[in-house]
Amino acid sequence: MAMLEVNHLSIQFGGLRAVDSFHVNIEKGELYGLIGPNGAGKTTIFNLLTGVYKPNEGIIKLDGQDITGKSTIEINKAGIARTFQNIRLFKDMPVLDNVKVGLHNHHPYSTLTGILRLPKYFKVEKEMNERAMEILKVFDLDKEADQLAGNLPYGKQRKLEIARALATDPKLLLLDEPAAGMNPNETQELMDTIRFVREHFQMTILLIEHDMKLVSGICERLTVLNFGQVLAQGETSSVLKDPAVITAYLGE
Amino acid sequence: MNRKMNKTSKNNFITYGIVILLFAVVQILSSTGNLSRLLTGLLVPLCVYVIAAVSLNLVVGFSGELSLGHAGFMCVGAYSSALFSHIAADAIPSVPRFILAILVGAAVAGVFGIIIGIPVLRLRGDYLAIVTLAFGEIIKNLINILYVGVDGHGIHVATTSAGIKLEAGGKQILKGALGISGTATLYKDIKDYFFPIGIILVLLTLFIVQNLVNSRSGRAIMSTRDNRIAAESVGINVTKYKLLAFTVSAALAGVAGVLYAHNLSMLKVSVFDYNMSILILVYVVLGGIGSLRGSMIAAIILYALPELLRGFSNYRMLIYAIVLIVMMLFNWAPAARNWRSRVMEKVRGGNKKKEAA
Repeated sequence: MAMLEVNHLSIQFGGLRAVDSFHVNIEKGELYGLIGPNGAGKTTIFNLLTGVYKPNEGIIKLDGQDITGKSTIEINKAGIARTFQNIRLFKDMPVLDNVKVGLHNHHPYSTLTGILRLPKYFKVEKEMNERAMEILKVFDLDKEADQLAGNLPYGKQRKLEIARALATDPKLLLLDEPAAGMNPNETQELMDTIRFVREHFQMTILLIEHDMKLVSGICERLTVLNFGQVLAQGETSSVLKDPAVITAYLGE
Repeated sequence: MNRKMNKTSKNNFITYGIVILLFAVVQILSSTGNLSRLLTGLLVPLCVYVIAAVSLNLVVGFSGELSLGHAGFMCVGAYSSALFSHIAADAIPSVPRFILAILVGAAVAGVFGIIIGIPVLRLRGDYLAIVTLAFGEIIKNLINILYVGVDGHGIHVATTSAGIKLEAGGKQILKGALGISGTATLYKDIKDYFFPIGIILVLLTLFIVQNLVNSRSGRAIMSTRDNRIAAESVGINVTKYKLLAFTVSAALAGVAGVLYAHNLSMLKVSVFDYNMSILILVYVVLGGIGSLRGSMIAAIILYALPELLRGFSNYRMLIYAIVLIVMMLFNWAPAARNWRSRVMEKVRGGNKKKEAA
């Protein structure tokens, strides 16, 4: 069964049909790319998938479960986590705590337990710290655990965002332009990280990207979006050769 | 990580230590007769303002919402507990009665926190500030026209003085704009211990707020402050945690109100105006948003200062204003912050050298 199944997804802002009848099938464990020119509706699709916007039409199924129209919180609990195009970290909190917020729903104890410092508090906090450090190690951020997230260099902030998303133990990870603002070296390093995340966590990943080198390097399949509509869909190599795609990207 | 946990708990204990140290100093001064009557009178209000500032910091500093209605919650706590004290005056001995009064004040203020918080926390920034400001004023004006009396038939409530008809032997407690009088005299036997009780309440407030902030719920509260959208994307119920911070803060403000009300023989509603809310906010901002110890110290200095400067008569407010500006610069100007961090480095470096030697 497909991990993510989207059909006829549409949303209208006033007279603008920002996403028009979008459809996609992503298999478990797949690394899928979503590309398209600026304003094509890529991030809008992410916002629809994560419940920031409610679609006017269409159906979204995650691992067979209908999640259409649910709230962001419910969708995260159902198993979709995301990063943001413009980094959204909890920048006045330490790196470790950023990941621990991601672990919030998986390591519960009540507010009163926290205030009264009951034994359960120490037990669960210890579990959380260990798990958070494990995740930080994967991203080579364990040495910066005590630093404020806002003080990290740009590339590490991007990584921390992925780490925080993974802490929620998702089935599907959405990455919104993870390589934006990175130099070629950092992009290369990021590609390795994404590949590693996929294997290490057996993650299904959907990513939006502008960097063609990154897309053709790691995505098996692609959907190209233009003016809110699917322009081409399929194997990366054949899609990138599609004349319609070349026209949309490079002009006539 | 153990190191990190120890660091936060060490920080917490330093704060408790400062409170206990101040208490000890005051006790020594007063037993040697070096404490003037003026200063003695300031002690309980100081505890009140410290509790108010620390609890407001939970909303302003940690959940990132600007609330200007803190005096309103104090007012609710003050009046509900004072009414309780009068009604239960004959039925319960003073010590358990006072404990119950504190709980009543906290609970009523907390309930008001929930009632106000649910609609208000949909708003953000300036709008939230305006609505909370309005709440404070509405509460003040409502109590201003409230008349409560008690007699053999139970409790009577009215909005005019003539509306209350008590049978013989009945007692009018709350008299509209005249307020409640004689609350302190109900506690004659424990009146001398209000300062130690205040210190215990300060410690309790610090305990609750510090432990809340350094827990799972506290992280969730701070995440909603730093980035609401990202917090939702990792499954944090933003409304729930904003409301939690707001309610706990309101309940603790209620406790401050209880202490305030019971320390006075005459409780008038006009003191709980927006000036008081702003004053508490000034303590929070100048002490450092998000720093509980800062709020506490700022509240102590800035509350005691105008009283201590009475000797300077006309220049009093001038000196007060200068102190405000100096504190603001000390806490927020980049140059001052750099200087402070350099000094801290030196102090730490010195300690390390000592350890090595």
